[in-house]
Amino acid sequence: MTTLQTTHKNLQETDVEIGESKVSKFGFYLTLILFALFFLLPLLWMVVTAFKPFEEWLNPNWIPVNPTIENFTSIFNDKSLPVVNWFLNSLLIAFLFTAAILIIDSLAGYAYARLEFPGKNLLFGLMLATLVMPGIMFLIPNYITVSRLDWIGTIQGVIAPGLSGVFGVFFMRQFFQSLPKELEEAAYIDGAGIWRTFVSVILPLSKGPIITLGIITFLTSWNDFLWPLLILGGNRKALTLPVGLATLQGQYTFDYGKLMAGALVLTVPVLILYAIFQRYIIRSISMTGIKG
Amino acid sequence: MATNVESVNVSTGRATRKKKKVSIVPYLFIAPHLLFFAAFLAWPFFYGVYISLFRFDFLRPENRPFVGLKNYANLFDPGSVQFDKFWNALGNTGEFILWSVLPLVGIALLLAVLLNRNYPGRGVFRTIFFAPYTLSVTVASVLWWWIFQQTGIVNEALQGMGLKPVNWLGDLPGAWVAITVATIWWTIGFNTIIFLTALQEIPKSLYEAASLDGANSRQQFFLITVPMLRSVLVFVLTITLIASANLFGQPYIMTAGGPADGTQTVIYRIFFEGILRGQMGTAAAMSIFVAILLLSLTYLNFKFFGATEQQ
Repeated sequence: MTTLQTTHKNLQETDVEIGESKVSKFGFYLTLILFALFFLLPLLWMVVTAFKPFEEWLNPNWIPVNPTIENFTSIFNDKSLPVVNWFLNSLLIAFLFTAAILIIDSLAGYAYARLEFPGKNLLFGLMLATLVMPGIMFLIPNYITVSRLDWIGTIQGVIAPGLSGVFGVFFMRQFFQSLPKELEEAAYIDGAGIWRTFVSVILPLSKGPIITLGIITFLTSWNDFLWPLLILGGNRKALTLPVGLATLQGQYTFDYGKLMAGALVLTVPVLILYAIFQRYIIRSISMTGIKG
Repeated sequence: MATNVESVNVSTGRATRKKKKVSIVPYLFIAPHLLFFAAFLAWPFFYGVYISLFRFDFLRPENRPFVGLKNYANLFDPGSVQFDKFWNALGNTGEFILWSVLPLVGIALLLAVLLNRNYPGRGVFRTIFFAPYTLSVTVASVLWWWIFQQTGIVNEALQGMGLKPVNWLGDLPGAWVAITVATIWWTIGFNTIIFLTALQEIPKSLYEAASLDGANSRQQFFLITVPMLRSVLVFVLTITLIASANLFGQPYIMTAGGPADGTQTVIYRIFFEGILRGQMGTAAAMSIFVAILLLSLTYLNFKFFGATEQQ
């Protein structure tokens, strides 16, 4: 009874709060809308500029008078700008990186969550310790390691160092720990080994966290800038889109329409992913907060 | 857990040796991650320190003499080649922290409070506020670089209001304004979501009790919300500080570190020294010095704000 009452009261109160006075309700929505414009208008300006012909770039009109796709065709046709290569490189790197992270981090996360082995606590403690280490410490030595392996300018040079990260391991471990132990015990009684249990009992229950980790890993990799710049910077064809777009800016300094077209090519896949998987992305960030 | 180990032995057909034998299976599970962890997180921790003790010229492997702590000493020697640019970069990084951290935390908290109420369209606003965070730093930087161009839309708007155009990216503090606005636009959604999650965990009954006692919404915010959020505030403050200290992509793309190295940050400097000039020894020393600074800052942050929490 009390619960019902409280819920009801909550709703009422919130309504009352917003409806306190017409003025404060107006102020509340005005603040929200002003912030929404702050986030939306720059994106809109990118789209508008990308579809404007050369003559209109410097005009402040928000609707192109003569909309055109020539900015897109010219960056895609410029032989010195292998935009298609960059797009494919970004896609390949992000897919491989995500697949590798999902495999190695769910395996490791499961072991740290549910299996017993000597050295487990020590290793886990070491991994925890690296969480507080500033990333800048690893930049120079990892660059040297990658160059020793002769991986400068290669996909593996971009991907491998990132696979050392501990976030995914913690993320998967946290989920596996929340599963009831009876699941595995039943499988063991049925004669399944650890591997079989993991693959046919545990993994099918892990779709949610795997999608979540997959999406944020893909986004991180797709958007990454500093490391791909270091590793691929010397080889124009091998660049990823974010690094390529920065190069584009160097080349087309004041060709704003073309730059915005390039930025839009880089943005669209991400916004599509965001539109579909928003819930997963936001949930993963909530978890970061809870962890802290 | 003992049952697990036992069943492992049974299942892997090693039942003959019974419990005592340690199963290899768990190690196979962690091996792939451990391999990368060892190579790219554990090893570079020590290797970075090692490199910093040498004059490690990347392009001249035959001549890399041991120099002890000289690379560190150089950072404090006004006569050294590195001194001026390094401290300029450190000062710039500090300046960006001053510009950015307060709005990144304060506005995020405001946005989270706005999103924590019940009203139609709330989900849409959350989607909008968070969207830029999903973009690449290149997109955010190129976009705001265009907006803040001398011929850009900001100056158009200023002129429309009868004001003089500003050379945002070519002057200080204009360049910092542009970089800060771009950074807020790009990353504030992250802090907002963390605050929103924390707000949703505050029991509603606290607010009910307070409003029964006649507390208005401002009093409720400062007497309930802020104290309940203290540990999350410290967390967000710390990660924002670290993120701001790592500023690189925005000045790299928007100002190329200019005007006159005025927005060249520490990461930018290390990139320049180590990767472009090939001076890995001094770059490694700089990295470690900066890492120690960041760790101290994090420690102070938690000690200072964490202590008040326990009152």
